[in-house]
Amino acid sequence: MVQQRHFDEELAELKTKLARMAGLAEDQIDKALTALVTRDAALACAVIERDHKVNAMDVEIDEACIELLALHQPAAHDLRLVTTAMKLSTELERISDLSESICERVIELNEEPQLKPYIDIPRMGSLARVMVKESIDAFVKEDAKLARKVIGDDDFVDDLMEQLFRELLSFMVENPHTISRAIRLSFIAKSLERVADHATNIAELVVYLVEGKIIRHTGPPGSL
Amino acid sequence: MLDQQYDVVSSVSTLAPPSSSPEMETMDPHVSKVSNRSGAQGKSKLRVQDFNFFYGPVQSLFKIDLGIPEHQVTAFIGPSGCGKSTLLRCMNRLNDLIEGARYEGNILLDDVDIFNPTIDITDLRKRVGMVFQKSNPFPKSIHENVAYGPRLQGLKNRTVLEEIVERSLRGAGLWEEVKDRLHESALGLSGGQQQRLCIARALAVKPDVLLMDEPCSALDPIATGIIEELLFSLKKELTVVIVTHNMQQAARVSDSTAFMYLGQLIEFGLTKQLFTNPAKKQTEDYITGRFG
Repeated sequence: MVQQRHFDEELAELKTKLARMAGLAEDQIDKALTALVTRDAALACAVIERDHKVNAMDVEIDEACIELLALHQPAAHDLRLVTTAMKLSTELERISDLSESICERVIELNEEPQLKPYIDIPRMGSLARVMVKESIDAFVKEDAKLARKVIGDDDFVDDLMEQLFRELLSFMVENPHTISRAIRLSFIAKSLERVADHATNIAELVVYLVEGKIIRHTGPPGSL
Repeated sequence: MLDQQYDVVSSVSTLAPPSSSPEMETMDPHVSKVSNRSGAQGKSKLRVQDFNFFYGPVQSLFKIDLGIPEHQVTAFIGPSGCGKSTLLRCMNRLNDLIEGARYEGNILLDDVDIFNPTIDITDLRKRVGMVFQKSNPFPKSIHENVAYGPRLQGLKNRTVLEEIVERSLRGAGLWEEVKDRLHESALGLSGGQQQRLCIARALAVKPDVLLMDEPCSALDPIATGIIEELLFSLKKELTVVIVTHNMQQAARVSDSTAFMYLGQLIEFGLTKQLFTNPAKKQTEDYITGRFG
């Protein structure tokens, strides 16, 4: 016979908090990309402004996890959920930090004319965004298969990053006046690439949560 | 009276290990082939093989198969009535004393069947000592409690006896607290000290295995902590098997954990694996408190 536990309510509350924080982080990256494409400085400022909310949630979730560990001494899946939650909130906080950093570059870029039509950056952005969304979905549904798909997707973002870097380099070589804008755009691309990395980290945490298997640093996705 | 429903596998009349060990297919947390858990290979001190146990018509253990690794602490957990104490008591044949008890299968100590009719049961219980839930010191002095066993075995040399008493009390972490009152009554000791005295009494006959049946359940957290710390030093000298209702205790002190339910061994694995990623849902439900 399976007993109802008060602890389950606390774990459900923890998951709800994480889902709320994930929603916020997802929205941060979303808005940062919109601010870039639409050259909307006000929106960029709003994203920067909102980062502290994500930071506050990171602290709140950390405290909740420490409390659960100290008071309930969880084991097995419960233990994996609490430790995963602690790490996951850090990943989400970093995603929001990177969104903030993108917005800072957007404000700087807005002071000069647009270097080129943005094609690859929004593509990278939307790929990274989908990875974040799917990694969070994988966490909420505890879906290791979806998590593994996210891990595989990281390569596309890395390839786009490489392609974009070469393109920006050719701009800089041809016309030194483009250097400051090209560097800022490559910072943005790097940030997006990092967002995808954090989504990958979340996906790896989900595999641990579901299967109890640590797959970090174990080689290419094919070997998972 | 025990029915002996097994083939006599050995004509060895003492419990000395044979020169070559037969291949055993027991469940051992350190043999990945059986438990599917990776880990260092360790020799099994005790092997329980296809073991069934009955109290009269009632079967209380079903086909138990496992190996207790040498120089490690192995914990048995499970709800009341799951058979963990029964299995523990089979390991030094304490259940022989129960009317109507009978078993099938083998338990091997260093590859020798402990149910072999040629086994000297006193010798077995000397090698496989036991500490119970409630401390049970003799109503004698502290010194006498420890010296009793060796003296019963015929040891008369006073110097040797003194050495054994000191070594055993040190081994049980009690020497410093009682060295100045060795000849006072053991009943004047606190509950935790009495329990450690019982451990010292078991150590005095130099056992290979120490069976502990909920040794801390009547003790406060400080006394419990002292006994738990003691297990880490004891396992260097011998093999410890502990039955406990306290899952955190099993997690803290044991190297391997066996989860039993309704007389069956549900899961046996390395403690660190069992408490972070158990293989069976029933184990998960029990260790996370979902089990009613």
